[in-house]
Amino acid sequence: MIKQSSLTKKFIMAFAGIFLVLFLLVHLGINLFILPITVNHQEIFGQAVQFMTSNPLVKVIEIVLFLTFLIHMVYGIILQIQNWIARPKRYRREGWSQTSFFSKFMIHTGIIILIFLVIHFINFYFVKLGWTAPPTGQAPVLGDHDFYHMAVNLFSNTTYAVIYIVLLILLGFHLSHAFQSAFQSLGLNHSKYTPIIRWLGYAYSVIVPLGFICIPLYFLIF
Amino acid sequence: MKLRLKIWRQPNATEKGKFATYDMDNVSPEMSFLEMLDSLNGTLVEKGEMPVAFEHDCREGICGSCGLYINGHPHGPQKLATTCHLYMRVFRDGQTIVVEPWRARPFPVIRDLIVDRTSLEKILVAGGYISVDTGQAAESNTTKIQKENADESYDSAVCIGCGACVAACKNASAMLFVSAKVSQFALLPQGKVEAKRRVQRMVARMDELGFGNCTNSYACEAECPKGIKITNIARMNREFWKAKVCGQKTV
Ligand code: FES
Repeated sequence: MIKQSSLTKKFIMAFAGIFLVLFLLVHLGINLFILPITVNHQEIFGQAVQFMTSNPLVKVIEIVLFLTFLIHMVYGIILQIQNWIARPKRYRREGWSQTSFFSKFMIHTGIIILIFLVIHFINFYFVKLGWTAPPTGQAPVLGDHDFYHMAVNLFSNTTYAVIYIVLLILLGFHLSHAFQSAFQSLGLNHSKYTPIIRWLGYAYSVIVPLGFICIPLYFLIF
Repeated sequence: MKLRLKIWRQPNATEKGKFATYDMDNVSPEMSFLEMLDSLNGTLVEKGEMPVAFEHDCREGICGSCGLYINGHPHGPQKLATTCHLYMRVFRDGQTIVVEPWRARPFPVIRDLIVDRTSLEKILVAGGYISVDTGQAAESNTTKIQKENADESYDSAVCIGCGACVAACKNASAMLFVSAKVSQFALLPQGKVEAKRRVQRMVARMDELGFGNCTNSYACEAECPKGIKITNIARMNREFWKAKVCGQKTV
């Protein structure tokens, strides 16, 4: 892995990243049904959860998703360490005004997202697997698959909701650099399409985290 | 103009270096940065001190030897200019200027502001050439080349190999340099023969020498005195994959 070519590593990073970007869209699509956007939103959410927890194809994709996360993380860390080693002595006056801003913090935002992911898994995924107990709250007895009430419970906790919101903003920062960067790493740079990709990336990194943020915000306000 | 210079002084590759402060009183705004250093060295010599060692040759922006990291910018704050083409008028009277050598593991400091840039040379040796017999100067237009390709190839070939991209990059990556060299050949028919081998070998050599990995932060493009574009890096990525997937097993 370490010995792999720098370009191979970048390529793998980009591929994994794009897969995660797609996954996030699906995740958001389902999550939004926690909000009363339709009359029977709770039912639809329940059905989506049912599908996601029982469908065999989803099970396979789940494994791929885990591996993707793992690969993206491990490669990210290897690349970063190599990059630090490449400049053993730093400049006294580091003037990286020309360096794309969020690219400087990819490892930091990445690690914070990872920490959150662990919490997220403890709260939801491990509950599903029966490894951790469902969170206790006002709601009565929760079934292992009652993600709706688990989420409602968590988001009613102000501290959790605030942490969640801050985290998604950081995720937005991560994505705003990541999106166009992935295409460049894959060699997809084109005078006609690159500007579109850039805007798409910015739009994605604002809209998707905002979508997720809407949910705890709703519970904080109402 | 009055200036305060903070310059990295290091007697040789093994000894530790430190910053030294020099105050200059009579700097003309019309001087180039190198001329300003020359005049500083003049006074240092008069005082019996060691002059500041810095690299320079052509002083007309084509040899690429004069790279200095000035106030957080390779080749100073001026866009599209090498240090020899940087004029003192871009600085303010009374300004403090910090002058450092390129910092990267593959660029060890030899003395003061001079670094060893042989690494870039080594990457070129790995594949930055063509071995097609180009013969005598041929009748023009015997080899058809698309105008756009010729232009792009030329724009990549203007790279002077100064290493500013490595110095500018937060990861000390040489990908802008390597990609410019890969592109300049890949875009022309004469370069196609060795295209697959070239890109793989040059990238492998670059990694081996300990340059960092590109994180698409694009500081290189902004700081390059010759305006080399990051589209070259994307092209190198494409060339690399074309070669990996369709190329021979060994390179
Ligand atoms: S001295 Fe040759 S480029 Fe500056």
